[in-house]
Amino acid sequence: MAWTIYLSFAGALIEALLPKGRAGLARAFAFVVALAGLVIAAVGFAAGAGQGRVTIVDVPWVASMGIRYTLAADGISRVLVLLTGLAAVAGVLFSWNIDRRTNEFFAFFLALIGGVYGVFLSFDLFLLFVFYEIAIVPKYFLIAIWGSTRREYAAMKLALYSFVGSAMVLIALLAAYATSGSHSTGLLDLAHAGLPVSFQMWAFPLTFVGFAILAGMWPFHTWAPTGHVAAPTAASMLLAGVVMKLGAYGCLRVAMSLFPHGMDPWGWSFLGIGSWRDVFAVLAVIGIIYGALVALVQTDFKFVIGYSSVSHMGFVLLGLMTLNQIGVTGAVLQMYSHGVIAGLLFAIVGRIVYERTHTRQLAELEGMHLSRRMPFAAWAFVIAGMASMGLPGFSGFVAELQVLVGSWNARPWWTAAAGVGIVVGVAYTWRALQKAFFSDAPHTHHVHGNHGEHALEPITWPEVTGFCLLAAASLAIGLYPRILLDTIEPAVKALLAGGGQ
Amino acid sequence: MNYTDLFRITLPETALEVAALLVLVVDLGFLRKAALGVRTAMATALGVLGCVTALWLMQGQGSMRFTADGTPNTLLLVTGGYTAVAQAAVLGLTAVTLLLLIGTTFTRHVGEFVAVVLMSATGGLLICGAQDLLVIFTGLELLSLGLYVLTAFAKSSGNSAEAALKYYLFGGMSAAFLLFGFSLLYGVTGSTNLQQIAAASIEMSAAGAAPLLYVALVMVSAGLGFKVAAVPFQLWAPDTYEGAPAPAAAFVASVSKVASFALLISVSMAMVNVFGGAHRVFMVRVGQAPLPRYLGIQQPWSLILVIMAAASMLAGNLAALAQSSVRRLLAYSAIAHAGYILLALAYFSRSSFSANAVLYYIVTYGLTTIGAFGVIGVVERATGSDRMDAFLGLHKRSPLLAAVLLVLFLSLAGIPALVGFWAKFNLFAAVLRVSDGVVPFTLVALAVGMSAVSLYYYLQVLKRAYVMPAADDTPIRVHPVTALVLFAIAAAVVVLGCFPGLLQDWIATYNPVP
Repeated sequence: MAWTIYLSFAGALIEALLPKGRAGLARAFAFVVALAGLVIAAVGFAAGAGQGRVTIVDVPWVASMGIRYTLAADGISRVLVLLTGLAAVAGVLFSWNIDRRTNEFFAFFLALIGGVYGVFLSFDLFLLFVFYEIAIVPKYFLIAIWGSTRREYAAMKLALYSFVGSAMVLIALLAAYATSGSHSTGLLDLAHAGLPVSFQMWAFPLTFVGFAILAGMWPFHTWAPTGHVAAPTAASMLLAGVVMKLGAYGCLRVAMSLFPHGMDPWGWSFLGIGSWRDVFAVLAVIGIIYGALVALVQTDFKFVIGYSSVSHMGFVLLGLMTLNQIGVTGAVLQMYSHGVIAGLLFAIVGRIVYERTHTRQLAELEGMHLSRRMPFAAWAFVIAGMASMGLPGFSGFVAELQVLVGSWNARPWWTAAAGVGIVVGVAYTWRALQKAFFSDAPHTHHVHGNHGEHALEPITWPEVTGFCLLAAASLAIGLYPRILLDTIEPAVKALLAGGGQ
Repeated sequence: MNYTDLFRITLPETALEVAALLVLVVDLGFLRKAALGVRTAMATALGVLGCVTALWLMQGQGSMRFTADGTPNTLLLVTGGYTAVAQAAVLGLTAVTLLLLIGTTFTRHVGEFVAVVLMSATGGLLICGAQDLLVIFTGLELLSLGLYVLTAFAKSSGNSAEAALKYYLFGGMSAAFLLFGFSLLYGVTGSTNLQQIAAASIEMSAAGAAPLLYVALVMVSAGLGFKVAAVPFQLWAPDTYEGAPAPAAAFVASVSKVASFALLISVSMAMVNVFGGAHRVFMVRVGQAPLPRYLGIQQPWSLILVIMAAASMLAGNLAALAQSSVRRLLAYSAIAHAGYILLALAYFSRSSFSANAVLYYIVTYGLTTIGAFGVIGVVERATGSDRMDAFLGLHKRSPLLAAVLLVLFLSLAGIPALVGFWAKFNLFAAVLRVSDGVVPFTLVALAVGMSAVSLYYYLQVLKRAYVMPAADDTPIRVHPVTALVLFAIAAAVVVLGCFPGLLQDWIATYNPVP
């Protein structure tokens, strides 16, 4: 599975060196690389089904500092690597229409993908951090060069938010390295180093917040809607699909497993909040409800999806903070589920609809009768919307159910509050669906009248393929969740047990 | 005093001086009528040859010590250990700087330029190994005088003259402070040897407070702080970086910094390594509880460095945010980087990992800065300006320059897997390894936070190079040698970033970590 990383970076390098103006070649090459990544990820996933953690590579990297180049995969990694493969292929398919600086676009795209694969497979804290930061720069350029609305602002905001987050992680990393005696930065070594509780008490929140910034935790989520909206479609798909997962994965793999005692009770409580765990759970719940409510009143179609991501990522963080088997499993499943569904939604809104109507304003879309003129888009959004609402049969249902069950076991009122979020989630999806596609409003073509009633381009094969891929990925897990759960559950069990909880 | 020994230990310096004279003879004697391009190529080739010869002689030296009277008490010069690393860096970076001279046209006196660079580098070599106040001062002046001349070398440019005058005035002033500080140190401790001074200061602090010592330290820090452009002695840096010809600015920003930081390593090393590091020396007075420990000037020196470090990190990074000239931006970023390094010098360990971390940082930083000035030089020749807007659409005008700039600036910002990140990690890890108290930790947190700030201004330049539309689409021609050198620097930054052990192990072969 390590080849997913190397292939992506090699692909990025070759893309950068490709002659300019050969868009078709660049596209085809990127597709081949992404597909190869997906195949390796799928084979790795299938091959590793019954196994626990498998070490792929483990060689000294900086011998004098005890830093090793350790790649390994456990159940959680395998699921997320699979997700990354899916998102990469779908991302290439939905950026088939990029004509400007195509080879550079795919170079940055593949570099980002390579970094993401790297994070999910690293079992050395230092290595993980390196891959985590490698992913920052391509994001900036993808948004700043190929983006739309306020792209330079959004790109800079995203880059600085990510970099501040990673600076917090770096501080904790340095401190953990020094406190544990400067021998090793291996995740397992650090977890077994017996770091003092007082140290963990401040290292945990620092690391957790550092990573959770990228997971869109309220109140550090503000980069997410602006970033998603400004980004080109493929970049929004990756941002929501896998980059936010990097944050959540970091919270789980680094913050929670290295500093488990950081979640211990403080010994006093204020308003029922007695530990960092409570603090972050409450922030997650606020994120769920806040994201959903804000999504309800957006006028820009893409902002609706952007805020819905904040809401859905709240479920991931809430699931992590339940600290029980079912809740954390649900959180990992929700990472996968949201990755696929958010990719789907952004693809429909950003690529299928926006590229043809050139507007994302719901008010303008209302007058365009898209359900008649683009039935594929309308029904695709119906399916994606149902998945996003968490209807049974889709992956979101299984994932959110598990998170809610887990949180009920931990603190019932978290569940109650998160349930409100689900209801509002149905409302905003319904509202967007109705306004964008199934509205009976009269024609308002004064702005984009020149496009006329018949000017919409037909749906292309990459769009159909990409849609089918992602929809099938969500549906398959919704109908038969054991495919993933069998892989996730043992890994979560090992992680919770190893974490000393 | 044995002059044969002196000759043997200063062989590399001699080689450089000979090369400098040779350049002058060839350029002024044989090539008077030749075209500028030929003269530049010849002078550069001879200069690089001189550096390589010096490097080769230096490798053959091994570890040597030169004393005035045969006892360690009068140690003047050393080679080997961290000195060898710093000297090799000085020579290597000088050679790279000289290579960037090819294709430039700011002066017709290339022979003199190369000769002055080499003589200045001689001063740099000297202070890398200096252990005595007088040798330090002589070496520093040798280095600095060359730098003033180099800064003023673009005779037709008013900026260059202004920059040189400012640099010279500030430099003269700080040299005066330094000399005054040295004379106080000598007067108070009775020795000009760094180790002796550190040892004597311990006795003095045990005997009672010695305010004159602290005054001397502040004076010395003013002189050395000027050389490394640490706040509050940084005022010359932006003007000098902006006005000097690009190769001269690259030399000021890299070689001079490397040599000055090597000197600071010697100073810090002497303070933590009294009597050769055989024992940890405290003066303890019996009969009082708790027993006071006397560390001499080590603590006040650390305190001064900490203050300069924190101020440099803050002021450098924040001021860089507001710059619109890329050279000034690099100057403020240099101030910030000096701040990070000073932090590691303030929390310095007797074990060699501290010195190695600092060396790693300055070597890689020097290389990166030279590359950055190389790119700026080319862009400046094409557009006539170093404003950020001169970089608009660089990725179209010259993909190579843009890619090199991307790698170098991201490395300066500390993005992995580029070498700048390793340098920072190594440095901060060394600080925390020396002391795990709250203060060093806060300072490291400040440094890491400030390097997050720095990403913003580096991205401002990269944004113009890659994102914003070009105002002018004409391709920029890069001289093949310059292109090769810049590519090699960028490649080194990437390769050393991916395999950081290479450089680390190389440094450790000279200065082994126990």
